[in-house]
Amino acid sequence: MIALLIRDLRLAVRAGGGFGLGLAFFLIVTMLVPFGVGPEAAILARIAPGILWVGALLACLLSLDRVFQLDFEDGTLDLLATSPVPMEGVVLVKALAHWLTTGLPLVAAAPAFAMLMQMDGPGQYWLMLTLALGTPALSMIGAFGAALTVGIRRGGLLLSLLVLPLYVPTLIFGAEAARRGAEGIAAGTPLLLLAGITAGSLALIPFAAAAAIRMNLR
Amino acid sequence: MNRFWEFANPVRFMSWSGRLLPLLMALAAFTLTVGLVWGFFFTPEAENFGSTVKIIYVHVPAAAMAINIWIMMLVTSLIWLVRRHHVSALAARSAALIGLTMTVIALGTGMVWGEPMWGTWWAWDPRLTSFLVLFLFYLGYMALWAAIEDPDTAADLTSVLAIVGSVFAVLSRYAVNFWNQGLHQGASLSLDKEEHVADVYWVPLVIALVGFGLLFVALLLVRTRSEVRRRRTHALEMRERMADA
Repeated sequence: MIALLIRDLRLAVRAGGGFGLGLAFFLIVTMLVPFGVGPEAAILARIAPGILWVGALLACLLSLDRVFQLDFEDGTLDLLATSPVPMEGVVLVKALAHWLTTGLPLVAAAPAFAMLMQMDGPGQYWLMLTLALGTPALSMIGAFGAALTVGIRRGGLLLSLLVLPLYVPTLIFGAEAARRGAEGIAAGTPLLLLAGITAGSLALIPFAAAAAIRMNLR
Repeated sequence: MNRFWEFANPVRFMSWSGRLLPLLMALAAFTLTVGLVWGFFFTPEAENFGSTVKIIYVHVPAAAMAINIWIMMLVTSLIWLVRRHHVSALAARSAALIGLTMTVIALGTGMVWGEPMWGTWWAWDPRLTSFLVLFLFYLGYMALWAAIEDPDTAADLTSVLAIVGSVFAVLSRYAVNFWNQGLHQGASLSLDKEEHVADVYWVPLVIALVGFGLLFVALLLVRTRSEVRRRRTHALEMRERMADA
């Protein structure tokens, strides 16, 4: 499993994979918003948590079709299915690799982007914290969507249609916790609910995603 | 119990559903006519609502069916995954479009009602928002069915989507509640009309609900029967092509 993780990470970094792309996309979204709504600092600071969360979510979505697609096409997934590692474990590792190459850079860059959006120190801290808690769920749910659509050619648009409604609870709790934290209100409840969604996704979704992959390989 | 599952045999299904269908259609037409005519013409206009209260006879049943149809799809999907009855999978597929239509009807009549009552076509109220999310779930489910060629794989994958989707639909429902409370403290747009409905409106409303339920079962049987027939023609075509080759 560790070998698989290292292989996936290497592929993502080397082969022009989505490593930097998600981050660049996040930057562009952040840059476009002031063009759209105007540069007033007060407005930007107010909408920043929501905008940055939506931006992170879209950046996450961008690289999802790579999670299983290439391995499905060249037969690696068939080999993995016959290997001693259970398919649930493969899914978990794949989602982890996706998070390490997409979610983690977003979390690390979040304070800088929050600064661009005129958020103050506590706001940056809260945005980083909620993204760190929430992006694993985004990767895991996304891996489920990728597993469903792996057998479909040009399934990218369908993938977004399937995955985005599933992202609704994560986005609500994440953006709400970030907003409350930035405004200095008690944010414990949405934060705990966000952590609950992440924990629940990590525990249960691998089974559904693995089942979907087995159905696609049959 | 074994006798119960025999109804899922495609041949048996075609025979009993064919006999039941005219009766169901007549019953649905009758209850819908009674419920709607009673509701539209023989109930008083409500205080504060005027005649707009009559939208309730379409709006509430459509909304109730939109949710119940998703639950029915969840159950038939589980039956397909456990017992592999093809009719079950086809019923889930057939129900999706009806559910989508009911969701659109509920949203549309809600908007028409909201405009005179709240002064706005749309508010980001928890109920309205969760119906929009439900609409997207139906769309995604149908798109997945349409995108996969192999019928058994499609049935499998959409079943998994229905199960996971149900969990997230419930989560969204409560998350949306939370989100709106967070934004507008003490929102006063209570949509819980049932609690306020007086007896004069209650009886025709229940009849309309039953009518919508019967209509759904009748439409579901029609659509499932045509899906079974489509499978059969497809199988016949394949056989002919094999014979030619």
